[in-house]
Amino acid sequence: MGQHNNAAPETFQGIGVSPGIAAGVPKWLRKEAAAVIERREIDSSEVAAEVNRFQAAVAETKRQIEQVRASVERDIGEEEAKVFDAHLSFLADPAYVGEIERKIQSERLNAEAACQDVTDQTREMLASLPNEYLQARADDIRDVGQRLVQCLMGGTGQTDVSGWDTHTILVADELMPSDLSALPKNVVGLITAKGSKTAHTAIMARTLGLPAVYGLGDAIHEISEDEAVILNGDAGTVVVHPMEEDVQAAMEAAARRGEELRRAREAAQQPAETTDGVRIDVFANIGGLQDLDAALANGADGVGLFRTEFLYLENDHWPTEEEQYEVYRKALEAFGTRPVVIRTLDIGGDKALPYAALPSEENPFLGLRAIRYCLQQVDVFRTQLRALLRASAHGTLWIMFPMVETLDELRAARKHLEECRQQLANEGYAMAEHIPVGIMVETPAAAVTADILAKEADFFSIGTNDLTQYTLAADRGNADVANLYQPSHPAVLRLIHQTCKAAQAAGIPVGMCGEFAGDPEFTELLVGLGLQELSMSASFIPSVKGKVKATERAAAARLADEVVKLSSPEEVRAYLQQR
Amino acid sequence: MVEKSITIQNKSGLHARPAALLVQEAGKHPCNIWVRKGDKEVDAKSILGIMSLAVACGDTITVKTDGQGEAEALAAIVQLIESGLGEA
Repeated sequence: MGQHNNAAPETFQGIGVSPGIAAGVPKWLRKEAAAVIERREIDSSEVAAEVNRFQAAVAETKRQIEQVRASVERDIGEEEAKVFDAHLSFLADPAYVGEIERKIQSERLNAEAACQDVTDQTREMLASLPNEYLQARADDIRDVGQRLVQCLMGGTGQTDVSGWDTHTILVADELMPSDLSALPKNVVGLITAKGSKTAHTAIMARTLGLPAVYGLGDAIHEISEDEAVILNGDAGTVVVHPMEEDVQAAMEAAARRGEELRRAREAAQQPAETTDGVRIDVFANIGGLQDLDAALANGADGVGLFRTEFLYLENDHWPTEEEQYEVYRKALEAFGTRPVVIRTLDIGGDKALPYAALPSEENPFLGLRAIRYCLQQVDVFRTQLRALLRASAHGTLWIMFPMVETLDELRAARKHLEECRQQLANEGYAMAEHIPVGIMVETPAAAVTADILAKEADFFSIGTNDLTQYTLAADRGNADVANLYQPSHPAVLRLIHQTCKAAQAAGIPVGMCGEFAGDPEFTELLVGLGLQELSMSASFIPSVKGKVKATERAAAARLADEVVKLSSPEEVRAYLQQR
Repeated sequence: MVEKSITIQNKSGLHARPAALLVQEAGKHPCNIWVRKGDKEVDAKSILGIMSLAVACGDTITVKTDGQGEAEALAAIVQLIESGLGEA
């Protein structure tokens, strides 16, 4: 901890955007970044080379943002990841990228300075527009501009964290989503001058369990890197020049919180049963091998959703059978006899693969995605199926197909799987004898005809993110209609109920792997609706297991029967809170 | 060169997804395409350009195309706007 300089403790009020207490050594992010940008006139003979250098930086920035997008989607959530789509669209915009090139050429300005100028102009233009959505894009363009300049200056886009205290509190004028995408482990809290509870990074901080105080205003300049500060994310306060004993107390409070979390995790190592003895599997959603440790540490009974998209998004080529096999095998080995549900490629027009010419669609969510895409791109699909089958020898593999709506699709997918199995058997590979093959129920069509699909699917997993969006016809990324997007809407709850009943009648397991499954507020209701497995981000597992243990299945079922009769998500929430 | 004026009926104006769809459509055509609101004219292939017009519901804009396939481009864009830009 830093030196106390004898100044009296002072408390500043901000907005608590993520709960918890933290004490640590402040580290300013980007304090002098603007000052170090070089500005010079270039020679006419240098112009072409400078433009090339800029274009290379654009390509590199694009690659970085795509990676950040993939890792945010994996670690934090799909919605948070969508922020980066706006960033990518600016990198393809003639009014931005084209304008910077023009400035290099006509004003003979070096690329860094041209980039800074155009970024500032664009930012001001956006900030001045009479619409909140457009104003918010000003932050996006700044994030993109900063990355571009970093790339031009030979940066890697990674913050250099060497020499940071093991209890570091990140301080910034404003945080950007990409700042939090690869946060070092020694960061224990966040403080910003600007920003609010609804900022994307505030949502990310809450998901990461990182205490944060935003909106401290000019008082933030009272924070020096030489002296520890205490932040209280519940009260929204920051204490500078704290007394040594208060720092100690705050660190102890933070440690206690960590200890409670550790205990909950320990309790979560055991499977969770309801008070009337019904086992509910609590699984983890993972997006890559780096998530395995957190899944195991938090007590996942298995993996309910292994998103395989990262293999495709983080690569510059179609991942080979061998590359995929290695990844799947490691995940299966880590979980041993516990099931790992691997979802086949769920990609479509809304996610760009640099090496694949995906069609540009007017309605990507109603277009060629997921199983529809795979059934057309048979080579891509079969490469993945072969890798999965080979990996099946190393653990307990369940295969899940996304977006299946009809038996025909399921049959076609199964036929490919069977043919791959034959091929591999002829080639002498070992494979698991029996691999359950299930489907995601994520369209109203699949939910309504669940009784038909249940005849040929070995299991169901309800994907509430898409099911909600398709049922309520609302994109939660669109601020104007985001309030309509409510997985607790009775329309969605009835479809879930119906799907569970169909699965039970057919005697197949039914689980849920959307974000809804990880919200402890709804655990009892979900158990009551008939779900036998809930899969979520690893950090939610301990609290959901706690909820399961406090739930009586029979009472929950009665609750669910009542809740599906309510008329709105607000009524549903009020009804659940009354209990 | 051809042009046509059209009133934006989308509730949320030309922001976010509707703007992205318009730019996407413009990008499919080889000719030059501009959108004008009042005395400000922007490149329809630029999302920032379209955003800078801050077109709200009820505003009238003029779409202008010039070059190879200009008539088809104009028709396609007008049709897209009339169809509600994915919001209908």
